[in-house]
Formats: sequence, C-alpha cells, structure tokens
Amino acid sequence: MKKIYMDYAATTPTHPDVLAAMQPYFCEKFGNPSSVHSFGRETRAAVENARKQVADLIGAKLKEIVFTSSGTEANNFAIEGIAFANEKVGNHIITSKIEHHAILEPCEFLESKGFKITYLPVDKYGLVDPKEVERAITDKTILVSIMQANNEIGTIEPIEEISKVIKEAASKLGHKVYFHTDAVQTVGQIEVNVDKLGVDLLSMSAHKFYGPKGVGALYIRSGTRIVPFIRGGAQENHRRASTENVVGIVGMGVAAELASKELDSREKELIRLRDKLIKGLLAKIPQTSLNGHPTKRLPKNVNISVKYIEGESMLLNLDFEGIAASTGSACTSGSLEPSHVLMALGLSHEGAHGSIRFSLGRLNTEEDVEKVLEVFPKIVEKLRSMSPLYKGKEEA
Amino acid sequence: MPEPYSERVMDHFKNPRNVGEIENPDGVGKIGNPVCGDIMEMYIKVKDNVIVDAKFKTFGCGAAIATSSMITEMVKGKTIEDALKISNKAVAEALGGLPPVKMHCSVLGEDALKSAINDYLIKKTGKGLPGWKPRSEEGHHGKH
Ligand SMILES: Cc1ncc(COP(=O)(O)O)c(C=O)c1O
Ligand code: FES
Repeated sequence: MKKIYMDYAATTPTHPDVLAAMQPYFCEKFGNPSSVHSFGRETRAAVENARKQVADLIGAKLKEIVFTSSGTEANNFAIEGIAFANEKVGNHIITSKIEHHAILEPCEFLESKGFKITYLPVDKYGLVDPKEVERAITDKTILVSIMQANNEIGTIEPIEEISKVIKEAASKLGHKVYFHTDAVQTVGQIEVNVDKLGVDLLSMSAHKFYGPKGVGALYIRSGTRIVPFIRGGAQENHRRASTENVVGIVGMGVAAELASKELDSREKELIRLRDKLIKGLLAKIPQTSLNGHPTKRLPKNVNISVKYIEGESMLLNLDFEGIAASTGSACTSGSLEPSHVLMALGLSHEGAHGSIRFSLGRLNTEEDVEKVLEVFPKIVEKLRSMSPLYKGKEEA
Repeated sequence: MPEPYSERVMDHFKNPRNVGEIENPDGVGKIGNPVCGDIMEMYIKVKDNVIVDAKFKTFGCGAAIATSSMITEMVKGKTIEDALKISNKAVAEALGGLPPVKMHCSVLGEDALKSAINDYLIKKTGKGLPGWKPRSEEGHHGKH
C-alpha cells in the first residue's frame, strides 16, 4: 500500500538537497563557529552564509536574523524579550485567541508577572479585524503579536493592515509599539517580506519548509529593544547564547534558498490540489463544511468539519488506509479539549470535535487527492452509521 | 502526546462488534461526557434476568468505540447482577489497557451499560438502581 502523507503543516520531510548540504558539517566540518582557528572559521562562514539565505528569503538584513532552536523558541523569545525590555514603557500586550500555544503560553506566563494581555476575537473565518487592534491599543501597549497564518485552519491574517493601524496609533502615543508575527506556517510557503508586512519581529521554523527539525530563527528589526531569552554566551551578537546548531542552521539556509527559487511553482500546484480536495470533499460528503477562509488561505490547508462524527476516529481510519492527516493541532492531541482555534470561530463542541485537517506538500500528487476522495467518504459513512447523532441520509 | 492504542483496542475499533440499535429494547442507556463531548447509547434485550443481546451507537474517539464494542461483548449471556459487576477497569483490562488520558472513555462505557440496566429495572419494577448516578458526569478529569 502506498502511504500518503497529508500532514505537512505538522512537519515536512527534509529536502534531499538540504540533507546533502548538511552532511559535511557532522564529521568533517565540525568546528565551533566561535573558535579562531581554521576549523572554527569554516563553520562560522557556513553559519553566516545560511544567515544570508534566510535573510534574503524574507527581505531582511543579515544582522536582523537570530537563529534559535525552533519556532517555539523564536515565539517565546519575541514575546518575553520585548515584554521585559520595554516594561518601563508599558505592560500591555495584544494578541489573538487563535495563536499557537507557543504564543499563548508565554503570554499567560507574562500575565502571572503583572503584564496585561488582550486576546482579540476572530470572525467566523478566523480573521482578526485591524479595527479591533486599533481599539485595543492603550498608552500602555508595547507589543502586538498576530500570526501571519493559522496552523489549523490556514487563514491568512491582514498583517499589512494591522501594521498600519499600529504605526498610526504609536505615532499618536509617542512610543514604540512593536509588532511581531508568528510566520512559522508561511515562511518558505508563501511570499513573506518583512518590510511589506511592516513587522518588527517574525518567527520561523525550518522543518515547516523542508528543512531539519529543531532549528528556527527570529527576525528582529534593527533598533528593536529586546532582551535575550537564552543567556550564557556572546553568540548571535549577544542575542542568543549557546554554540550554534551548525548542521541545522546550514540546513535551514539551503531550505530557505530552495524555497525562494521554487515558491511560485510550489504555491500554484498546492492551490490547485487544495481546491480540488476541498471541492471534492464538500461535494461527496453531505453535511460537511470548510473551516477557515475560502481564499485568504494557506495553499496547503484543507480543514473541514464533518457532522455527527469525531476527529480521532476519522484519523485512525485514514491511517488504516495509509493516509496521514491530523485533527487540528498535533500538539494538542494529548488533550481532550476541542481546539481553541475552532472554538474561537464559534463552532459548537461537536463541530470542533468533528474536524479534520489535510495539509498538502511537495510530494503530494493528483492521485493522492483522488485516493483521499475515494476513501474518506466511505470512512465517514462507516462512522456515521455508528453515531447516535446521525439519523440517516434522509435528513441530510 | 497520547500513548498508542493496544492491538485489541485497534481490533475492536476497526471491527466493532454489536453496532446498531435493538428494536423494542428492554433497556436503553444514553450517556454524554461533558468534558470531551462524546456520546454513547446502549441497548439491551433481557430474558429471564439474563442479557441476551446488547448493541451500541457511539460518537467518540477510538477508545470510546472500542470500549462500547468490548462491553457489549462482555455483557451478553450475563445476569443483570453479574453485568452490574463489570467495571470500567475490567473493560479496559479486557482491551489490553488504555492510555491514561483515555481511561474516562471506558467510564463512559460502564455508565452507558448501567444506565441501560437502570432503564430496564425502572420499566420492570418501577425502581432503578439504588443511588446510582453516572460517574462520567462527575467531571473527574480535566485537561491533560
Ligand atoms: C503557527 C506555529 N507556531 C509555532 C510552531 C512551533 O514551531 P516548532 O515546531 O519549530 O517549535 C508551529 C508548529 O508546530 C506553528 O504551526
Ligand atoms: S475522548 Fe471522549 S470518549 Fe474518548
């Protein structure tokens, strides 16, 4: 049985070219980039080359890129680093209800330290309204953090508009209001340019765009007041201590370069497959609905609610057929609570529980989509026949 | 991260036994779990104090479906008294264990069965199980 992977929002397979570029940095080119000898100079050059590749992908300057261990660390760094560096200016932070836990939990931590956090609601598509951001800003606001695209439902937020609103408000206030975006689901997948977006900080993660796991970066605009999140050394221009993950950083750099070359073609193909899958699922299975925005949507993301049945049982049945999908966010599957993102859209408990996410990527084909369209309706039928909530087709 | 399911859980999930409803059942139990939102319905047929048939319908996770399937297998042929002795732990054990976060799903199974027996007793004798109330509604678990 051919296995079909449709969980690219959880992680992606490392691109073979990325792996090839990383390989020499295990055994041959292993020097510590902080060492002055030739071994060190060799890996220092490799790290700086990767920094350029990543900076180029998002239109940043070299010194604005700080490598981290993950998207999660980049998010923690951004939120706490800005909060503690600017607490004399104010103690108010604005974010949204649908952020990844790597934003929400640092915010909750800051609340326990006396910061005030506003969690903005979203509309039924998952969109944050820039006007709501404007209304939420007070003279104590130091940071706004809104994700560029949501990992569960794929909705792309109006970051440029939000940036404009923040800049206007900040000029009236007379102090800086930093704007951070979690771009873990967008970098390397759709066009991301820090100046166009108008952001001061931006988080990325290599494993979401065919790089290795355990390496990410935070873009920090020049002039930003931020304190380190990891202390203990002078690496990364005193912003992030610890010996660089040279292998991972090299991989992230090459993944970034590949992405900028292939972005357009990857995006077009994914949108085509995505729309075929969405259309097919909604047409073939009665009483299903699309979660997220129909067009302001990540090219890879398909998220639907299937009435009367539950997500995990759909997932397990798909797995029997060799198809890998996800219910909402893989990170929360240890919890019984319905997804906070779907609940924020106003879905019922049942609707949130009956959701499934297919996320597409480089290696998916037309046949993969067709296979899902063939198999999944049968799974739904089987599970519905077992459901006490389903009263048969006639009601549909 | 959740632990993987045992082979027996997967077997009962993949090929659930006794799915459906019973026409003119002697007892029906309906139970919902307020935390995860899952719902289980159980139907029993009783003859001479013995459960001769049991069927279920479940809206729920893999563990909930496997538990429903297993418990309907376990009660068939048992007297009402013996059926009442089946605990959620016994069902979980018969399934080769359940991941800790999924233990409450087996409570749902025990409750659905007891609720069906309760319904049967009320219909038959006018009195239900003394002092019984669904355990799953006690809200004894939260976010893991
Ligand atoms: C939106 C978003 N932010 C942050 C993360 C965390 O990234 P990482 O896995 O690199 O820690 C993820 C992915 O899990 C994500 O989807
Ligand atoms: S998670 Fe609700 S019954 Fe299993």
